[in-house]
Amino acid sequence: MKDIKKQFPIFQNRQLIYLDSAATSQKPVMVLDAVRAYYESYNANIHRGLYPIAEQATKKVEEVRQKVAKFINARRPEEIIFTKSATEAVNLVMYTWGRENIDQGDIVVTTIMEHHSNFVPWQQLAKEKGAKFHVLDMDENSQISILNFQANINFKKTKIIAITYISNMLGTINPLKELIATVRKENPEIVVIVDAAQAVPHKPVDVQALDCDFLVFSGHKMLAETGIGVLYAKKELLEAMPPFLYGGDMIREVAIEKTTFAGLPNKFEAGTINIAGIVSLGAAIDFLNAIGMDRIQEHEKTLTKYCMEALQNVDGITVFGPRDLLARSGVVSFTIDGIHPHDAAQILGDMNICVRSGHHCTMPLHTRLGVPASTRASFYIYNDEQDIDAFISGIKKVKKIFQSK
Amino acid sequence: MDNYLYREEILDHYKDPHNFGKPHTFDISSMQYNPFCGDEIELFVSTEDDTVRDIHFKGKGCAISLAAASMLTDFAKGKKKTALTKFSQHDMLDLLEIELSETRKKCALLGWAVLQDCLK
Repeated sequence: MKDIKKQFPIFQNRQLIYLDSAATSQKPVMVLDAVRAYYESYNANIHRGLYPIAEQATKKVEEVRQKVAKFINARRPEEIIFTKSATEAVNLVMYTWGRENIDQGDIVVTTIMEHHSNFVPWQQLAKEKGAKFHVLDMDENSQISILNFQANINFKKTKIIAITYISNMLGTINPLKELIATVRKENPEIVVIVDAAQAVPHKPVDVQALDCDFLVFSGHKMLAETGIGVLYAKKELLEAMPPFLYGGDMIREVAIEKTTFAGLPNKFEAGTINIAGIVSLGAAIDFLNAIGMDRIQEHEKTLTKYCMEALQNVDGITVFGPRDLLARSGVVSFTIDGIHPHDAAQILGDMNICVRSGHHCTMPLHTRLGVPASTRASFYIYNDEQDIDAFISGIKKVKKIFQSK
Repeated sequence: MDNYLYREEILDHYKDPHNFGKPHTFDISSMQYNPFCGDEIELFVSTEDDTVRDIHFKGKGCAISLAAASMLTDFAKGKKKTALTKFSQHDMLDLLEIELSETRKKCALLGWAVLQDCLK
C-alpha cells in the first residue's frame, strides 16, 4: 500500500492530511484519466446512436454495469441500476416498492444508527401510509445484534427492514449476514434494504451471500466521481416495481393513449444517466480490484487499531463505537472533554488536517449518545501511519490551545 | 499559541463567560438553537425605558458561539435599545476581531440573532 498515495494527484500537496474519506474519497489519476478519455475520444449519448462513438459509450456503460455486478456478486447485470447517489437509490425504493407495498398497520423497521438517507425516507413513508415506524436500538457494543432483532422485531407485521452495513459515525460493522438469515427464518416475506455506502468502498461485499433484497452505495466514496450511485435489487422485485421517473430511455413504446415501459435496467434509468460518472466508477472498481478488497480492509484495520491505541493515550478523549476491532471499520468518531467538536475540527483544519465535525447526518444517533456533535476521522487506502501521527499531534495541539491561559 | 481564531480573549470568554446564568428577574428572554452543531443561546434582558439595564445569557456550544455571546452581553449592557437594533451582523463580527469562514459566522451570530429577537 506504500506507493498508493502517489497515484492521487491531490496529495502532491504534501501538507494535506486527508482523514475524511467517509464523506468523500480522493480520486486516483487512473479514474481522472478514464473520464478524460471518455470526453476526449468517445463522448456520445448512449442507446440508439448508430455511429461508432455512441456504440462505444453504450458498450462502456454496459461493461461497467457488469463490472459492478461482479464486484458485489449480483446474479445478473440488470440487477444493477445506476442512480445519482445512494440517497436517490433509497428514495427510488421508497417511492416505488414502498408506496406499493406499505399499508396502514404495517411496521417499517430501521435502526438508531442509520444515516438520515436510510432513515428519513422510511419515517416519511410510514407517516404517509399510517404505518408504524420502529427504530431499533443498538446493543452495548454499538452493534445491531441478532438478539436485538429477535427480541424487538414484530416479524409478523414488519414489511421492510432498513439497515446500514457499516455506520458512518460509529464505524460499526453490523453482522448483516446473520441478521438477514434471522429475518428469513422468521418471515421470508420481509424485504431488507441495506445501506452499503460505507461498506462497498472498504470491504468485500457479496449480495448473494448476504441475501439482501436491496443494497445501495455511491461512487464518490470509492474513488469515483460525485453524482453516481448504485441500486442493487433482486430481479423479481425490480420487475414488479413501477417506474420511479418517467421520460426518455425508460419506455418501450409511447402512444397518445398509453406508454409501455422498457425492461430492466432501463425502466429505472430515465433520462440521460451520468455516463462520465459510470466510466469513473468502472475505473475505480478496476483500481480497487487491483489492490484487492481484502487487503484494503486489512490496511484500514491496521490504521484504525493504530489510531485507537494512540487516542487512548490522550486524556479526555471519548471514542464512540465498538471496542472490538473486528466489529469496526476505518471510522473513528470522538469528543474531547471541554472542547466543542467544531472547535477541534477548526483548529485541525487550520493545520490542513481534514476531519469532519457535526452530527454526520445521524442526528437520532447523536441524541441517543447524548452528544450534540462529534469529530470524525476516517481512513482509506491512501492513508498511512504518518497521517495518524499528524492527527494525534494535532489533537494535542487543540488541547494545548484550550488549556493555555 | 499561534492560532489567531482562538486568540486569548476568545478563549477567556469561552472558559469564563461574562454575564453567564439565568438572573432572578428579567423583562425579556429568547432562545435560539443551531441544529447543525447543537449550539444554543438564551438571553435574559432587563430594560429601563429605552436602555438595556442588564443582560445575561446561558447556553452551550463552541468557543466561538459562547465567546461571542459573552462579548455581546458586555457590549450591550447600558446601551440604548434603538442603538442595539442598528447593531448589524457586520458590527458583531467586528466586535470579535477574528476572520471567520461562512460556516463559523453562524456560530458567531447566534447570540446576536437572539438579541435582535429580544429587541423586537
